[in-house]
Amino acid sequence: MSSSKQKPEYVLFDENTQAIIYNYQTNAIQRMLDFDFIAKRKTPSVAAIVAPGQAGLHKAFFGTKEILVPIYNTLAEATSKHENADVMVNFASFRSSYETSKEALLSKTIRTVAIIAEGIPEKRSRELAKIAKDKNKWIIGPATVGGITAGCFKIGNTAGTIENITESKLYRKGHVGLVAKSGGMSNEIYNIINRNSDGVYEGIAIGGDRYPGSSLVDHLERMDKNPDIAMLACLGEVGGEEEYRIIDSMKAKRISKPLVIWVTGTCAKVFTSEVQFGHAGARADNSCETAEAKNQALKQAGAIVPNSFDDYGKAVKETFDRLVRNGVVTPAPEYEVPKVPIDYANALKSGHIRRSANFICSISDDRGDEVTYNKIPLSKVLEKNVGIGGVIGLLWFKKELPDYASKFIDLSLVVTADHGPCVAAAHNTAVTTRAGKDLISSLVSGLLTIGPRFGGALDGAAYWFSYAVDEGMSASEFVRYMKNKGENIPGIGHRIKSVQNPDVRVSIIKEYAKKHFKDNRVLDFALEVEKLTTSKRNTLILNVDGCIAVCFVDMLRSCGAFTKEEANRYIEMGALNAVFVLSRSIGLVGHHLDQKRLEQPLYRHPWDDVSFL
Amino acid sequence: MAQKGIREFHAKKMLAKYLPEFTRAVNYDGKIALVDPTTNWETLLNDSENRWISDTKLVVKPDQLFGKRGKNNLLLLNADLQAAKAWIAERMQRSVTVGQTTGVLTHFMIEPFVPHKEEYYVAIRSNREFDTIYFSLSGGINVEENWHLVKQMNIAIDKEIGDYDLKELIPADTGASREAIISFVQGLFQLFQKLQFTYLEINPFTVVEGNKIVPLDTVARLDDTAEFECGEFWGSDLEFPSPFGRALTPEESYIAELDSKTGASLKLTVLRPEGRIWTMVAGGGASVIYADTVVDLGYKDELANYGEYSGDPSEELTHEYAKTVLDLMTRSQHTHGKVLLIGGGIANFTDVAKTFSGIIKAIKIYKDKIIENQIKIFVRRGGPNYKEGLDNMRKLGKELGISIEVFGPDTHMTGIVPMAIAALK
Repeated sequence: MSSSKQKPEYVLFDENTQAIIYNYQTNAIQRMLDFDFIAKRKTPSVAAIVAPGQAGLHKAFFGTKEILVPIYNTLAEATSKHENADVMVNFASFRSSYETSKEALLSKTIRTVAIIAEGIPEKRSRELAKIAKDKNKWIIGPATVGGITAGCFKIGNTAGTIENITESKLYRKGHVGLVAKSGGMSNEIYNIINRNSDGVYEGIAIGGDRYPGSSLVDHLERMDKNPDIAMLACLGEVGGEEEYRIIDSMKAKRISKPLVIWVTGTCAKVFTSEVQFGHAGARADNSCETAEAKNQALKQAGAIVPNSFDDYGKAVKETFDRLVRNGVVTPAPEYEVPKVPIDYANALKSGHIRRSANFICSISDDRGDEVTYNKIPLSKVLEKNVGIGGVIGLLWFKKELPDYASKFIDLSLVVTADHGPCVAAAHNTAVTTRAGKDLISSLVSGLLTIGPRFGGALDGAAYWFSYAVDEGMSASEFVRYMKNKGENIPGIGHRIKSVQNPDVRVSIIKEYAKKHFKDNRVLDFALEVEKLTTSKRNTLILNVDGCIAVCFVDMLRSCGAFTKEEANRYIEMGALNAVFVLSRSIGLVGHHLDQKRLEQPLYRHPWDDVSFL
Repeated sequence: MAQKGIREFHAKKMLAKYLPEFTRAVNYDGKIALVDPTTNWETLLNDSENRWISDTKLVVKPDQLFGKRGKNNLLLLNADLQAAKAWIAERMQRSVTVGQTTGVLTHFMIEPFVPHKEEYYVAIRSNREFDTIYFSLSGGINVEENWHLVKQMNIAIDKEIGDYDLKELIPADTGASREAIISFVQGLFQLFQKLQFTYLEINPFTVVEGNKIVPLDTVARLDDTAEFECGEFWGSDLEFPSPFGRALTPEESYIAELDSKTGASLKLTVLRPEGRIWTMVAGGGASVIYADTVVDLGYKDELANYGEYSGDPSEELTHEYAKTVLDLMTRSQHTHGKVLLIGGGIANFTDVAKTFSGIIKAIKIYKDKIIENQIKIFVRRGGPNYKEGLDNMRKLGKELGISIEVFGPDTHMTGIVPMAIAALK
């Protein structure tokens, strides 16, 4: 079943190798899959993802088509379902990398663990290295980008972008095996090798830590056994004695192929006191650990050591050309590289494509650091302390309203927030709540009663009163006009309240408008109308809906933020009823919570309250 | 990021606190005090834990990660408080040269003077597959000369100290003290592991009352990456001092602080503030190679700094980093100008355009100073979005009227170093 079992010991990755990715690293996963595509792999190299708490499916591109990669909560689950995946690429953080890497090493199916995290304690790295050695498994890292077998398999972010992989010809095998500590430098050397030979066969970055899970010499010896690798390249580093083990290995003929190697850190000698380089392991503790000493010793042992890093490419070229001349190598053939489709997001970013949007939004934007309300950052909105009324100004009307206008909206919201349990909306909400329904259902059930007969009079009142004012009607002409149409005047009339028993809410609104608004034309007109209607019946007062409506029109028209046309348009669009809906939602939520709190049972209407005909 | 030396003061406090967990064969209660330039003697002496300072004969020495203090005449023995104070006052914030390194004395430790005969040596060092314990009957200042007398034993990483017979390490010559020394070494090893030391040397230690161990001199290194596992044992006052002769400048401290707060990596060491070749290189590996190349080409005396940024730092971090470097290099002018190498290999995942935008912002801020100081900038980089990043650099040069030469992956990584050197002349 598992092709991995058939591959020779010295091959870590072939064209069938699959990996389990630990942690949800969407970019790295896509880069692996894009590599697969240009390497013409038949199967994706990512078998599964392990991301605790995120089990499900990950959608990714494999070339032009989309595939689903399973996500598991645990590594155990992933390994049991993907027995042929023998690599784990561990993106866990330095805090948790030890546990997850250990689990992978102890699993039956994982043979190679790439540990990306930097900052794993030395003791833990050493323990992992020991487990790997005992189990005859491989660790690449910690603190690495990983490695690559050209045309076969790529760990995570190794070799960077697809353009770079294409330029460095990593989509097909060359004949050079590379081992370096540094992930960044390994990528640089892929480029150098490609320019000076037929390219890389395999490249491994073991990571810059003091105790990497596998060492330079481990990989050089492994690659030396691979008949498809003709020459070796290596980049060592000041500090440690690793390079002397390479020399031992050369002497023992465990490394017999030509080896181009350069040990970096020749600058260390000019520092009179300790400098910690970017890599944790890069520090010479004694004179044989200096870069010069190592370069010298390697040269004596027969390695090809350039005079400086500048000549590294030249050394590779001379060595490779010699192998070709001697008939050891036939340079790898070229082939046409499939083009990876550019990602929509990248294409858009680079200005290569455009697309018209299906939606437009002009009131808020959450794409920046901070959400904006009508282009004003939330923190500024809060600074100005505009209240809910001011926020409504920004989000409903796209205006910064004057303070008194914002406060007027606040006031309207407060006075109409609730009106007892018996009105249609509250009743519906309570009945729904008692039927065991949730908050949203109960709230909506109440809101659905708002309309022409209940609470919905604001729009009508605003419309008709301002119509009359704009048409220059007198109050009596207007009353007559409505009577002729056979319609009640919206906003006039109350079930209980009367001239003698005025509605305190109306008085508050009226007084506020009189005191603060620059113009009360529509309110004054409505009060003239009220005088006429109450003379017919004393409950035909300007009710709270009507009062808010006409004052709102005065506010919109006189606050300076709107033209008259704009003000009319908001009324037509239903902005006034929205005030009532918003306000009453507060009360309806209250009724829902109240019924819940009181643990009220299902309501059944009594038979005797229904007249059966 | 790596193995880091700690002060003898902190190491000994840890010995006093944790050795009793593992062995009863010690007589050490951590009587030790640290004096730095801010120390108020009155406060120090009034501390009830420090009564002994006033009524004990004392040992005083610098505590700044260098050894051979006796040989360098930096050790005061058997002194009273007055003499100790005077001795410290005479040396505090004075420059001294130890070996090849010159630095300023800033930290001294005071301990009770312990008269003793035997001087034993013990050290533990971590290695890849085992920890090595070294032991010698001939401890003290001449242990290196007598290294052939040092015995060693390797404790494999997957074994316990109890699996080994320490009699093979601690010879019978120790006589009646042998059991106590074995117990002490065992305990010391367990402490070494628990606190994730990478090196711990007690040279010398002695035995009092026949079976009680007293550590006299200590050298210790911890693995600072283990902070998340061992920080609570190390204590909140633990610091990792910079090596002697390498007191961090404010700029270096600032970068180190930024580094400690991010998953990316930022490093800065100022080598010669008056140097004319400044580097701002991406990548732990590449940065060393740039410095190598400057040195290999014979310009070590002009190399002003070592530094690197890597691991996809945010635009803000590279901005701060670049500002710091630019500020340092524009403090004093040179008649023939200076060069700045903005180098790097071909990044794997660091977004070149993004990191460069932080650098570009900094260059804009320092535009006038860059011109005044006749700074020429050389850029070489590859990786994700490198074309955009390099283009932005080219445009910046034109826009600001600054000399910025820009190269991509088809130029050898260190190809800009000889160009920059040529521009210095």
